[in-house]
Amino acid sequence: MIYQISSMAIIIFIFFVLTVLGLSFFFARKTKSASGYYAAGGQIHWAVNGIAFAGDYLSAASFLGICGMIAFFGYDGFLYSIGYLAGWVVALFLVAEPLKRLGKYTFADALDAKFDSRAIKLTAAISTLVVSIFYLIPQMVGAGALVTPLLGLPHWVGVMMVGAVVILIVATAGMTSTTYVQFIKGGLLIVFSLIVVILVLNKGIKLNPSADYHKPIVLAATLAEGRVQVVADSSYQVLGQHEESGLTFVKMTKAGIDSWWKLNNISSTPELEETLTVVETGDGRTLYNGEPKEAGKFYQVGHVNKIVVNGREVEETGPLGPFKFIKTLGTSEVVRFTKKAFTFAGEKITVYFPNITAGSDIIKPGLYYKLDKGASIWSRLDFLSLMLALFLGTSALPHILIRYYTVPSQRAARKSTIVAISAIGFFYILTLFLGTGAMINGSLDLGSSNMSAPLLAKTFGITLFSIISAIAFATILGTVSGLIVASSGAVAHDLMDKYMKIKMTEKQKVKAGRIAAVGVGIVAIMLGILFEKQNVSFLVGLAFAIAASANLPAILMLLFWKRTTAKGISWAIVVGMLTSLVLILLSPTLYEIYGLPAASAPMPLKNPGIISIPLGFLTLVVVSLLTKKREASPALEK
Amino acid sequence: MLHEPAVELGKDKSIPQKTRLGVVMFLIYMVVYMGFVVIGTMFPEALGVKFIGGQNLAFLYGMGLIVLAIVMGLIYNFLCTRLEDKLNKEEQS
Repeated sequence: MIYQISSMAIIIFIFFVLTVLGLSFFFARKTKSASGYYAAGGQIHWAVNGIAFAGDYLSAASFLGICGMIAFFGYDGFLYSIGYLAGWVVALFLVAEPLKRLGKYTFADALDAKFDSRAIKLTAAISTLVVSIFYLIPQMVGAGALVTPLLGLPHWVGVMMVGAVVILIVATAGMTSTTYVQFIKGGLLIVFSLIVVILVLNKGIKLNPSADYHKPIVLAATLAEGRVQVVADSSYQVLGQHEESGLTFVKMTKAGIDSWWKLNNISSTPELEETLTVVETGDGRTLYNGEPKEAGKFYQVGHVNKIVVNGREVEETGPLGPFKFIKTLGTSEVVRFTKKAFTFAGEKITVYFPNITAGSDIIKPGLYYKLDKGASIWSRLDFLSLMLALFLGTSALPHILIRYYTVPSQRAARKSTIVAISAIGFFYILTLFLGTGAMINGSLDLGSSNMSAPLLAKTFGITLFSIISAIAFATILGTVSGLIVASSGAVAHDLMDKYMKIKMTEKQKVKAGRIAAVGVGIVAIMLGILFEKQNVSFLVGLAFAIAASANLPAILMLLFWKRTTAKGISWAIVVGMLTSLVLILLSPTLYEIYGLPAASAPMPLKNPGIISIPLGFLTLVVVSLLTKKREASPALEK
Repeated sequence: MLHEPAVELGKDKSIPQKTRLGVVMFLIYMVVYMGFVVIGTMFPEALGVKFIGGQNLAFLYGMGLIVLAIVMGLIYNFLCTRLEDKLNKEEQS
């Protein structure tokens, strides 16, 4: 949240962006045909395409989101890594080659190859647009969150910058340049993540992560009738006390700066423990640990309370191998921070207080998705629903599918998918160490979990931090490019050319694609600004659920069930899309956004997958059985 | 002609076998994956139990799923390439 603006970071940033734009203009001159624009002329080498797949897929959600979630909640973030990668298995074994055999430019083409149905053209195009836009929003939000502290600019400027650069790239060169952008980005991301992991393992686990690390202050307190009167340090004055969810917080002031403390051990040796606070005052100011943002007092946190190696307590471990690292973490204790919000004397207080967590709880799921302690049938179903959506969502994402069309052969499509799986799988293994590394090295910004991985890099030096931040930015550039190409394809090719049957020359088709790219880009910018406060992973999970519900039944059944009919496909897309959307709008998370109590939400699950995905399949089967199989038009028969 | 592939593809006689191979491998992976999900949903305490090398089941199973995906991918590619070469050999002579 409060970072020193690094001129080094800005220089590297600009260098990156200029390189990407340069590549884009270079390849622009080579793009003349629609085939070149959408499918890069079908001539990209499979190894390049494979890494580009990885670069496309490893978006803000993977690098920033997953590492951030692991840093705050341990293994629960890693569930996303497992689920996301498993989705590629579905793509490889079931979808890759058959899809390559079918289509020309877009997802809608693939579905329509056998039917020539207007309904399919329309519904598939809309589905592509909806999923792509839902996937675009978290990228833009991530861009704003990343660029803002780095360059000291407001969120909307960061979003506009990303939007403008990407529109420029895509509108000028289409698929070719995005492929190379993603190839470079994918490669760099993996290489530099590996470097950070090596540094983390080499540092080992220390009780004191750095010389200037701030550990929470603890002061002995004197109580009278349950209320704190004075504390050991007389320069503090007690102002007030508040109880929230069985916890007691005390407000104190020193030298004009207010702070909040947590009262521990009330019955034995009462003491006040320092917390971090974000306070919205009555007169509209926001104070971080009692002072304005510029004072930079909202320090970073994350450390180990106790290190136990082979049954012995130590102060630091020295360099560790990856397995030893996880094992040692599992037998130690980590200080995480829990958030509580309440109102006091007309001010909105958000308190982050230390919470000692056993390492054994961190290296297994349960801190976020309640499976063991505090679990209910709904929280377990939510876990199931999430794992299902992730598993089935990958192969149904339009901007991933479109990449199958850029290689020259089926064999190349298969090989590029395997290169992608290996690269992505390796990266996801790294995320576990990046996330846990961030958790224990004092690099957590409690206001933004998304910054965990870059801030971890910062503990190893400003240079590494600047490079990783620039790569994260490029991460978003690459993903947003791919999404805009897929969306512009849906508009210009699927809707205008095929559905509305607007007659266009090759040149006009390319132009239509470019104009559509600009249009979608502008919508993405606007929504990215609107959704500023939303959690990136949540929005991506949403896109996955919609893709798995709307697109996957259509693709799978088309490939594997002879009785699939055109109406079955179009209805399945509509039902899957609408069900998942409506269930999400009625979910607890959205209710909180509307300002209503989460508990009153009619839909108890945060992820609709377990309901909407089977419903999509069911719709397709039922409607297909009820409608006669439409033969393709006579013109097709040769 | 309605929709053509972006590039010309030659005749491929190994398609049915490759498709069946893909389905079989998918089902194998799905069973292993669902095993993890079922344990997490119904027997979550089991995920904390330590096994090989002092690592808990969550770590072993989770990492295992990632490694398995990569390994199965490589096996699939090897088998498919072999099928293609064998069954399409007549085309090349």
